Amino acid sequence: MMHWLNMGGYWPFVWPSYLITLFALALNIYLARRSLAAAKSEARRRAQAQRSEA
Amino acid sequence: MNWTWFHRFGSPPHFFRIAGKMVPWFAWLAGIAAVAGLVGGLALAPPDYQQGEGYRIIFVHVPAAVLSTMAYAVMASAAGVGLIWRMNVAHAVAASCAAVGAWFTLVALATGSLWGRPMWGTYWEWDPRLTSELVLLFLYLGYMGLRGAIDDTARADRASAVLALVGVINLPIIHYSVDWWNSLHQGHTLLKFGKASMPPSMLVPLLLMMLAFTLYFAAILLVRARGEVLRRERNARWISEAIGERP
Repeated sequence: MMHWLNMGGYWPFVWPSYLITLFALALNIYLARRSLAAAKSEARRRAQAQRSEA
Repeated sequence: MNWTWFHRFGSPPHFFRIAGKMVPWFAWLAGIAAVAGLVGGLALAPPDYQQGEGYRIIFVHVPAAVLSTMAYAVMASAAGVGLIWRMNVAHAVAASCAAVGAWFTLVALATGSLWGRPMWGTYWEWDPRLTSELVLLFLYLGYMGLRGAIDDTARADRASAVLALVGVINLPIIHYSVDWWNSLHQGHTLLKFGKASMPPSMLVPLLLMMLAFTLYFAAILLVRARGEVLRRERNARWISEAIGERP
């Protein structure tokens, strides 16, 4: 296991590459979901406002 | 040729509904392909005869780099469709591509830099491939900045679409930079002289990771585009039904 983690001595370059990628992919999922949730929440608020006006 | 599907996909309620159904499929398939690609790339593929274990950065660097240009191509195509056919959904798709594409570009630059240090002895070099990829990042940032600077959505769509289309010139420069100029960067990763440039034990995990990144991009793009469509169509009657609110 330690041999694999060491990546032949290249671990300071290999693992940060994977961590950066994982971070970016996870952040994009969060941002995309937050953006859609905000749009839905705004649409719901408008729909409720229209209903109460009617 | 029957173009009905094209025009149906351009209908905001239809797009919103279909995109919502497609997202889970893309997301699950991306996850499965990523797990298979990571196991193949990190555990099963043999070390490279020159770069040893250090080459394993390829399994995230190349997919990120490919997706950085693919996202731009999708963004420019959608912007062109929006500009020509005045299709609001196409502009929403184009606007949704930019942030994801910029992140892929940043990941490609960062992982390339980490790969360059042990192989070239430097984190950065003003090499044609690296420089053109950096220009791509600036194009994405410029596109987002331009959209953010214009309050009127229709004007922002038109102006940013023109910028996106002009920036397409950078895509062949990125792709062929390793052929046209002397470059520190290695040549084409997948094909060399029409043949695969690596053995199947390395190529298969790489293709799986590229598939995973592509499906991930599709899922994220559709989630963002659904939100963008909701914002643009905020006064439309179909919205209440689509989000589960009775009008």
